[in-house]
Amino acid sequence: MKEKLEQIKAEALRQIQESDALDKLNEIRVNYLGKKGELTAVLKSMKDVAAEDRPKIGQMVNDARQEIESVLEEAKNKMENAVLEARLKNETIDVTLPAKKNNVGHRHPNTIALEEVERIFVGMGYEVVEGPEVETDYYNFEALNIPADHPAKDEQDTFYINGDFLLRTQTSGTQVHEMEKGKLPIRMIAPGRVFRSDEVDATHSPSFHQVEGLVIDKHITFADLKGTLAEFARELFGEETKVKFRPHHFNFTEPSAEMDVSCFKCGGKGCRFCKGSGWIEILGCGMVHPNVLTMSGIDPEKYSGFAFGVGLERIALLKYEIDDMRLLYENDIRFLKQF
Amino acid sequence: MNTALSWIKAYVPELECTDQEYCDAMTLTGTKVENYERLDKNLEKIVVGQIEKIEKHPDADKLIICQVNIGNEVIQIVTGAPNVKEGDKVPVVLDGGKVAGGHDGGPLPEDGIKIKAGKLRGVPSNGMMCSIEELGSDRNMYPDAPEFGIYIFPDDVQVGADAVEVLGLRDTVFEYEITSNRVDCYSVLGIAREAAATFRKPFIPPVVEVKENGENVNDYVSVEVQDTDLCTRYCARVCTNIKIAPSPEWMQRRLAASGIRPINNLVDITNYVMEEYGQPMHAFDLDTVAGHKIIVRRAKDGDEFQTLDEQVRKLDKDILMICDAEKEIGIAGIMGGENSKITDEVKTVLFEAATFNGANIRKSAKRLGLRTDASGKFEKGLDPHNAEAAINRACQLIQELGCGEVVGGMVDVCQPMKDEVRIKFEPDRINDLLGTEVSVDDMMDIFKMLEIRYDEAANELIAPTYRQDLECCADIAEEVARFFGYDKIPTTLPSGEATAGKLSYKLRIEQKARDIVEYCGFSQGMCYSFESPKVFDKLLIPEDSPLRNAIVIANPLGEDFSIMRTIPLNGMLTSLATNYNRRNKDVRLYELGNIYLPHQFPLTELPDERMQLTLGMYGDGDFYTMKGVVEEFFDSVGMKKKTTYAPEAGKSFLHPGRQANIIYDGKVVGYLGEVHPIVCKNYDIGTRAYIAVLDMPLIVDQATFDRKYEGVAKYPAVSRDISMVVPKNILAGQIEEMIEQRGGKLLENYQLFDIYEGEQIKEGFKSMAYSITFRAKDRTLEENDVTGAMKKILNGLESMGIELRQ
Repeated sequence: MKEKLEQIKAEALRQIQESDALDKLNEIRVNYLGKKGELTAVLKSMKDVAAEDRPKIGQMVNDARQEIESVLEEAKNKMENAVLEARLKNETIDVTLPAKKNNVGHRHPNTIALEEVERIFVGMGYEVVEGPEVETDYYNFEALNIPADHPAKDEQDTFYINGDFLLRTQTSGTQVHEMEKGKLPIRMIAPGRVFRSDEVDATHSPSFHQVEGLVIDKHITFADLKGTLAEFARELFGEETKVKFRPHHFNFTEPSAEMDVSCFKCGGKGCRFCKGSGWIEILGCGMVHPNVLTMSGIDPEKYSGFAFGVGLERIALLKYEIDDMRLLYENDIRFLKQF
Repeated sequence: MNTALSWIKAYVPELECTDQEYCDAMTLTGTKVENYERLDKNLEKIVVGQIEKIEKHPDADKLIICQVNIGNEVIQIVTGAPNVKEGDKVPVVLDGGKVAGGHDGGPLPEDGIKIKAGKLRGVPSNGMMCSIEELGSDRNMYPDAPEFGIYIFPDDVQVGADAVEVLGLRDTVFEYEITSNRVDCYSVLGIAREAAATFRKPFIPPVVEVKENGENVNDYVSVEVQDTDLCTRYCARVCTNIKIAPSPEWMQRRLAASGIRPINNLVDITNYVMEEYGQPMHAFDLDTVAGHKIIVRRAKDGDEFQTLDEQVRKLDKDILMICDAEKEIGIAGIMGGENSKITDEVKTVLFEAATFNGANIRKSAKRLGLRTDASGKFEKGLDPHNAEAAINRACQLIQELGCGEVVGGMVDVCQPMKDEVRIKFEPDRINDLLGTEVSVDDMMDIFKMLEIRYDEAANELIAPTYRQDLECCADIAEEVARFFGYDKIPTTLPSGEATAGKLSYKLRIEQKARDIVEYCGFSQGMCYSFESPKVFDKLLIPEDSPLRNAIVIANPLGEDFSIMRTIPLNGMLTSLATNYNRRNKDVRLYELGNIYLPHQFPLTELPDERMQLTLGMYGDGDFYTMKGVVEEFFDSVGMKKKTTYAPEAGKSFLHPGRQANIIYDGKVVGYLGEVHPIVCKNYDIGTRAYIAVLDMPLIVDQATFDRKYEGVAKYPAVSRDISMVVPKNILAGQIEEMIEQRGGKLLENYQLFDIYEGEQIKEGFKSMAYSITFRAKDRTLEENDVTGAMKKILNGLESMGIELRQ
């Protein structure tokens, strides 16, 4: 009996050793361990064995079974691994073939610049509002302390619809609309399209964009204006950016200033980009003129404020080194895809 | 405004700084320096030499050999210049020196031209004698220079002296950007006053004393101002025994540096005073002034007048004229007349210094198309006090320069002048506005430098009359800030009540729109708001369409920019065409921009500005791609109701069989379609193009950012497929409407999975197949639930004339 078991086991192990496919292993399992398999047959023949020998023989059968099973399992794992390996090897792809892209579209550089500006000011508690592009003479000029016959009206080369209506030359009229609402304090920026009768060339466009800013509250100072715009410049052009305020003149602010930022190409050393000066002019600003406050129904004895206006195209051209303004309105996809 | 630094220093003698320091400091106090240029740039080792001997060159007919005394030695120079003779004093550039340009007067090379000793046709030459062009200037600025050849100095210059210095070129010209409020700074004295304050040095203006000849001006001329609204002051003085000659070197140099060509003493004096005081002056030949009488009055409509540039000008009744007893002799503040022009034979001169209405001069100059240096100054509105100061200065110079005698007295027709502007002195308020702590003493120092007086009794500041920009406390604060230093004002952030930063709802929806259409492959374009009225024809828009009622710009840049768009398609199609023309493949663009719909004509209220989301594409994709983008966008802004599409939207510019209105919640919120082939042709787009336009105000009304979780289905769904033969004229939308109507509560979804027209299907029909899905939220569906619902759907479909295929 014992010899027979050894023989069966040896034969099974040999067959396992020799088999080269999963289905063959399965066959071996059925042949030896299955219901009609050889080991099962041995168990069935136990009745011919002496009763006292039965446990011993039983134990031997089980041992043989376990050994065959474990060798079978091992062989199976090995073979499965080999199959997997072969498949993986076979499935190797050329990872340098082109990507399947969704071809996502691109934002206009103006909008990217605008969203930067909005992000910075919204973070400082400013509300983003809008005003009309076709405006009245009152909001575009008079309410901004630019009375009839003032030369500033000529300077801005206004497109007129008729005597009362025009295409706004600046977003500053939005200041007045916002102040007239009578809700104080005000912290707002107002982006939008403006129009001036400039012929189209590399640096001019009859239609461009500005972002107006206005803060009105008690105790607003010129120092606040400086701090706010310095913060803005650092956010927009980088932590190292320095700012310089120069006196200037706007009818609707007093005192007025222009802000330069240190050239972000050369860091202020002077280069072709900043025409050697190390500084780049960015925006106009100032303390809201008391006449403007009064006309908009705000008491300049109690409230003060500052305002600023920045040209969006100017920011976009500078930031993205675009050398011709006409590119912004041509909408050539090869241009737009670069942003 | 361009001015030599030496001229400024004449009034601020203690001013000492480098050019860059001057530039930076002036800019920081508000007199912005745009540019500056050294006049001695690239002029090195140039001295005054005297030619002692001239010999012929042995081997060249056109060359001569000069022995030139340069002070400490005599050097040999070979030259081809035709104009020199022995004894001439000339500029000589020595070996190793530099000149600014060539003798032809062409553009100056950036680094100048190096001069080295060498041989000319075998004869050593140790330097070069210079023409005025080689010194970087020209005969306009040095009228005494010869037309060809070497510049020759007057006899009195010292041999061996620095020739650049002698020529007045050791100087720097600064170009300023003066802001329109600072009329006073359009003058050398104005800038010098600012410079003095900037550097805290004394300002010493010229002392004007006129030596008169004892005659009385009233014996020479009388003045009548008829239109006093346009002429608030008219000062007249007379000079006799005029002797025309060149003006002195120093005056010529100052004028030349300012870009003004020296002519003769009389013209130069008027120009000089205009620069110095910012007050334009005019000189008439008194012998041409009929009746020796000046009348200031408006012209008449239709009058014609010849100005001294010999042009005939058409006048109108708003143009102010200077006239004599018989005729017009000048356009006030703009240009004198040919008929009273000064000639070299002039004996007696009438000087005019007046104050005209700035706005009137500006408008007149614009109408006449004649903007002059004088009108440019008048139009800013001049201080009447300045007229008297300037005319006296001119007379002083006439006398001092030996140009003539000054007749005693001045005719002065002057309207009452405005009171001095007094502003309450509120130092705390100034500091509050600036965020500074400037002491009262420091403020007073600043006021003193700026000639702002302080009336202690009234606690009022008194603005000088030339500072017409000072009106209120904020103006005074600016003066304090400028000289305290903008850079010294602290930087703080506004304190006070916190405010919530946010975008308006409209802007949030627009931002979402950009995100979604960009995910769908569309890039953002920007188009002009104005366009040509021809656009309507290009888009096949009917003659009677209200879209043609566009706002017209009164003064457009040209017809192509003359109306405000009422439809956003022209910009989009033009952009698509640009891309098509440049062979860009598969182009998808979008624009967010306004259209402008007037309520009535003429405009009496603001038009309706409606933001439009315009999509345009050609290449990969079709009508349904466009539809997909629209629905992706609606989904993303919470527009969850079913969007429907009505064909035959009535858009003339779209393919009649491939267009639809987009309907949401019963409202037309936009349209889409394939561009009409004729329109494509009009724009030179040689392929099928598709557009969609959404009216954003209607979208904003419907959009929401609210979301609510509705649970995830727990019980299984049951699907049924149906296959139909459908009359061709029935739209998928109609079938879907029926499925929705009849499907009941259990209907979850339906999907068209096959559509076919062709051979196996009978004429006039198409084959369509839908998969319809049912599900209950609370249980597993029973067979008869589904059968019931399906039966209703099928009955409905059959009633539409649809045949079901089993």
